[in-house]
Amino acid sequence: MKKSTLPDPFEKARQEKGYGEMDDQNDPVTMALRLKDVRKGAHNWKTLQSGAEPGRIVIPSEVNIRDTRQIPFEVDPPEHKSFRDILDPWFKRPLDEAYQAKLTVQISDLVDEILTKDSVEVIEQFSLVLQSRALTLLLNTPFNEAETWISWGTHVFRSEGESLDGDKANILYDYIDNRIDQAIENPGEDLYSVLLNSEVNGKKLTKEEVKGVMILTFAGGRDTVINAVSNTIAYLAEHQNSFDRLREEPEIRNRAIEELIRYFSPLTQMGRVATQDTAVCEHAVKANTRVGLCWASANRDETVFENPNEVDLDRKINPHLSFGFGTHNCLGATHARTIMKILLQVLTDKVASMELLDAKDNIEELGAFKRKVGFHSLQVKFHKK
Amino acid sequence: MAKITFITSDKESITLEGTSGSVMQLAVDNGISGIDGDCGGVCSCATCHVHVAPEHVSKTGEASEIETDMLELDENVSEYSRLCCQLEISEELDGVVLHVAQ
Repeated sequence: MKKSTLPDPFEKARQEKGYGEMDDQNDPVTMALRLKDVRKGAHNWKTLQSGAEPGRIVIPSEVNIRDTRQIPFEVDPPEHKSFRDILDPWFKRPLDEAYQAKLTVQISDLVDEILTKDSVEVIEQFSLVLQSRALTLLLNTPFNEAETWISWGTHVFRSEGESLDGDKANILYDYIDNRIDQAIENPGEDLYSVLLNSEVNGKKLTKEEVKGVMILTFAGGRDTVINAVSNTIAYLAEHQNSFDRLREEPEIRNRAIEELIRYFSPLTQMGRVATQDTAVCEHAVKANTRVGLCWASANRDETVFENPNEVDLDRKINPHLSFGFGTHNCLGATHARTIMKILLQVLTDKVASMELLDAKDNIEELGAFKRKVGFHSLQVKFHKK
Repeated sequence: MAKITFITSDKESITLEGTSGSVMQLAVDNGISGIDGDCGGVCSCATCHVHVAPEHVSKTGEASEIETDMLELDENVSEYSRLCCQLEISEELDGVVLHVAQ
């Protein structure tokens, strides 16, 4: 098996039962595994709510390390829409030419730098750096802020091992409190200031609400973007033909990006809390218990995708759920897609080939399921074009 | 070449001409309000939902099962609903009127 292969651990359970079960800190999760069930679950925000106790819809649960409600992620309609309406235009800025020009400079500089090295550890030296610097554009904060975020390491909430780390989370929360206070003192044109100046239903956002949006923005786009970028490098390193095709046929890049994002499913699942007795694939789910919408399993559903375990860069119809679906679909999707687009542009422009020297898998344990979501480390040699 | 008319949710009527590619791309390139095309046309995001004028359904043909499954969960769905990333521009579409759903 190639190092870049991400196996599908859910296949048997998805085919035979359609659901899976896992415990998580004594708050068990019933996982929806089939695409149609996952999509329906995401659609049905009344029965499967996001606005539960803060941290509970995240798997592993963050109820013990976080009291601040992430916004709009942990708010349901109708309030959800009021927040989303003020955030959507800001989070669509990556479509602007000027934004993309700046991101192109960032990624070009980074690739130029790694091309001078003998080999690099992609997670820490490339993906984390790329993600952190790109976030300065999304937040419209000074470029050197990225140095602080890089110093936090790859996980905002997790340290060595996979367990949640309250101390580490506090570093982020304290940092955000501090930046909000600075923005109150000296308003600028960054996201903190814009949010502090925004109104929802005629009322200014509170500090706690601004903090909720900022925590979401930091946490939601961290591991996910790092996984997407690192897995792309690993895939292209091991599939030179695909890399060459992306170079020679730029018109296939959009479909290729969606396909890579389907295959990688950078976020395995997201939880919901049942507001009433319900069912996942005819399996009873009690009120006030958790359901996991397993995007990674849905994205390999053989009843929807032909050859689901193959990366097919030409896949025309690709109804993947990597960015979720419905009301709570990913706020950062435009930023993520833009990063992927510019990453492919720059790599195909500057790099002839990549050599995967060593890899340590990052495997999530989800009850009986073990899912490789990416790498803990990835040593790669980049060859200049 | 095909002339395609979009009627946006605030009742603005815009007629565009296209020769190839998807109707979604034509709309996005011309800034039609309510057509975002976030996924670039692979039937994943459902942000290019239109209602085909009933008399023009023969021009567009029917939605695939995957497309129908996506549309089924949209608040605004009707029997004339399509995701316009799945409509390829061709002579057959000439004169079609599409009401933007969002």
